[in-house]
Amino acid sequence: MLIEIGRTGKLMRMLGSCTLALLLIGGSVWAADEAPAQKEQASKAEASSAEPTDWESWKAGTTVSNTASLQRGARNFAQYCMGCHSLKYVRWSRVGTDLNIPASELQELIPAGDTPASYVSTPMPSQDAENWFGKAPPDLSLMAAERGKDYIYRLFKTFYVDPTKPTGTNNLQLPNIAMPNILSSLEGLKKAVYKSVPGADGKSEPEFDHFEQIAPGSMTEAQYDAFVRDTVNFLDYASEPTQMQRHALGIWVVLFLLVLTWLAWLLKQEYWKDVH
Amino acid sequence: MAVPNQSAASATPVSSGAPKKGFYAWLDKRLPVSEFIESQLTGYFAPKNFNFWYFFGFIALVVLVLQLVTGIFLTMFYKPGEATSFDSVQFIMREIDFGWLIRYMHSTGASAFFVVVYLHMFRAFLYGSYKAPRELLWLVGMLVYLALMAEAFMGYVLPWGNMSFWGAQVIVNIFGTIPVIGPGLVEWIRGDYAIADATVNRFFALHVVAIPLILLALVGLHLIALRRTGSNNPDGIEIKAKVGPNGHPLDGIPFHPYYTVKDTVGICAFLVIFAIIVFYAPTFGGLFLESANFEPANPVSTPPDITPVWYFTPFYAILRAMPDQRLGTLAMLLAIVAFFFLPWLDRSPVRSIRYKGWISKVALAVFVVSFVGLGFMGMRPPEGLYVVIGRIFTGLYFLFWILMPFYSRWDSVKPVPERVVYHAH
Repeated sequence: MLIEIGRTGKLMRMLGSCTLALLLIGGSVWAADEAPAQKEQASKAEASSAEPTDWESWKAGTTVSNTASLQRGARNFAQYCMGCHSLKYVRWSRVGTDLNIPASELQELIPAGDTPASYVSTPMPSQDAENWFGKAPPDLSLMAAERGKDYIYRLFKTFYVDPTKPTGTNNLQLPNIAMPNILSSLEGLKKAVYKSVPGADGKSEPEFDHFEQIAPGSMTEAQYDAFVRDTVNFLDYASEPTQMQRHALGIWVVLFLLVLTWLAWLLKQEYWKDVH
Repeated sequence: MAVPNQSAASATPVSSGAPKKGFYAWLDKRLPVSEFIESQLTGYFAPKNFNFWYFFGFIALVVLVLQLVTGIFLTMFYKPGEATSFDSVQFIMREIDFGWLIRYMHSTGASAFFVVVYLHMFRAFLYGSYKAPRELLWLVGMLVYLALMAEAFMGYVLPWGNMSFWGAQVIVNIFGTIPVIGPGLVEWIRGDYAIADATVNRFFALHVVAIPLILLALVGLHLIALRRTGSNNPDGIEIKAKVGPNGHPLDGIPFHPYYTVKDTVGICAFLVIFAIIVFYAPTFGGLFLESANFEPANPVSTPPDITPVWYFTPFYAILRAMPDQRLGTLAMLLAIVAFFFLPWLDRSPVRSIRYKGWISKVALAVFVVSFVGLGFMGMRPPEGLYVVIGRIFTGLYFLFWILMPFYSRWDSVKPVPERVVYHAH
C-alpha cells in the first residue's frame, strides 16, 4: 500500500528527521534574517535611480530580535508617528522593559502628562483628524499583523509628488492615501516616472517605471531606508509584544517534547517486544 | 513488565487477580473502578496490526481536552460583546501572563482538531471502518464532525475581527436561502437585524456551554459504540472471529498497556508539531489566523476576499461552484449529508482498500484530490479559472458518491486473509 506507513519505527525516524529539518530551516532563516536586510538595503539604494523599480517585491527584512533597531524604531515612532497615530494596546512601561530602554530615556519618549503605565496615545483629537484628513489616522497596534511589515515598508518607500492630490503626494502601495508624506523632510521629494505600455484595448497606458529624486532630504537614501526599517520593525513588535518571549520559549518546549517522544518510543518498543 | 501475551494461554488481563487493599479496596467497593479498567482497558482486546492511521482517534480526544482546558482559561478574561470582544482578546494576548500561549494553543488547536479529524475520517475510508457492524459508530462520528463545525464557526466569530464579522455574515446568510422560513430563521439566529452584539453573546453561550456539552456526549457515544463493535483494522478482518482457547481474539492485544504506550508516542509526536506551530507559526501564514481578523469588526468595510477558515473551504467552494445561490446551498448540504450514507453506498464485499480492486483505489484518490482541490479553490476569489476548476472538482466529488454503489460492487477484490497481516518489529 502506497498510502500506508506501516512501521512505527520508520514513522518515528521520519517524524524525527522532519522535525529536525524544520528546526534547522527555521533556525537558519531566523539567524539569516539580519544579513539579507543589510544586503537588500544596499541594493535598494541603487534601485531608485534610472533602473526600473520592482517595488512590489521589496521586503522589510526586519527582525524583532534586533533590539537596537527596535529602540531606534520606538524613538522614530515617538517623534514622527505619535502626533497622529496611537498604539492603544501598548503600554510605555512594556516598551521600556521589552526593548531595554532605561527609565530616564523612556521618560523622554512619553508625552507630557502620561506615565509609563499609560497606553501609547496620540494627542490629536480624532474628530479634528477626520475633518482635516477625511479619515481619522488609524491606530497602529495591529497594523503589522493586519497588513504585514512589507506593506508598511513599501508604503514608506513609495510616496511620490502628485500635485493633483490635496496633500500634494500620492503612494504606490496605497493609491490616493489620505496621509501626507510626513517623512518628506527626511527622504526628500520623489517623482514617479511612467512608461507607456500597450493596454488591453490597444491604446497605450502609463505604467510606473521608476522614481526620480527631485529634492534632497536631510537623510541619504541608505539612512532613510534604515530609518523606515527600524520603524517598521517597531510596529512589528507592537503588533505582538510577546513574540520575542514566544520565540525564546518555543525551542525549549520543542526540545522537551522531542526527548519525551523518544522516551515514549523506547517504552513502546519495550512493551511491544512481546507482540509477535 | 508486560505480560507476554498475544498467542494462546497467557493473554490474561494485567490487573485482574491482584488482591486489593486499603483505599483502593474501599473505593472499588463503592465504584466499579477495577471492573471498568478490566473491561475497557486491560481486558479490551484491540487488533494488533494498527498502523499510522490509527493514531488520530486518540489524538482527537487529546485535542478536545486541550481545547476545553485552554478554552476555560480564555473564558476567564474574554468579554463577549460588540464593544469588548476585540479588546479583551488583545488584553489576553498582551497583558495576561502567558495569555498569548493559551490563546495560540486554542486557535492552533481548532485547526489541529480538523486536521486530525480529517485524517481520522480518511482512515475510515481506507479500511472500510464504517461498514457493518460499525454503521452507527460512523454516524455518531459524523455527528461529532457536524458539532465540531458549529463549534469552530462560532468560536471564529468570538474575537470579533473583521473576518469574524463578515464570515458570520456569509455563513448565517446561507440559512436565508432556505425557502419560506429562511429570512425569519436568519433573524432568529442573529438575534438582531444584523450580526451584532446579540449575535456575539449568543455565539459565546453556544460555543462555551451548549456545543461542548453536545460534543462530549457524542464523543462518549462514539467511544461506547466503538467498544461494542471493537475496532476495525487495516485488513478489515473481524478479529473476534478467531478466538484462542482463553476466549480472547488471537489477533488482539490488550488495549492497556500496548495501545496506551503506543498512543503516547503518537501524542508526543503530534505535540512536537503542534508546539512548532504554536511557537513559530501561530497564524500559519494566514491559514489558522487570517490577517484581516487583526482589524476589528467593521460593518461598513468589507475585507477584499471573504473566505472561511481552511477547514470549511471545500464546502464553501462547492457552494460557490453553483451558478445559483439556492442551488449552491443545496449542493453544499448534499456534500456533507453524503458522508452519512457512506455505510450503505459502499457495496464492496471487503472492507479494506488492501483487498479492493483498482477502481476503488482510483475513486478514493480522485475523492481526496477533489476534496483538497476544492479546499484550495474555496480560498481563491471566485473568478476565471478558479470557478472552472472548482466546478470540475465539484463534479468529481459528487461522482465519487453517486457512482459508489456501482463501482464498489463491480470492482474486483483480492482474497482476504484469515488472520491479520502483522510484522513484528
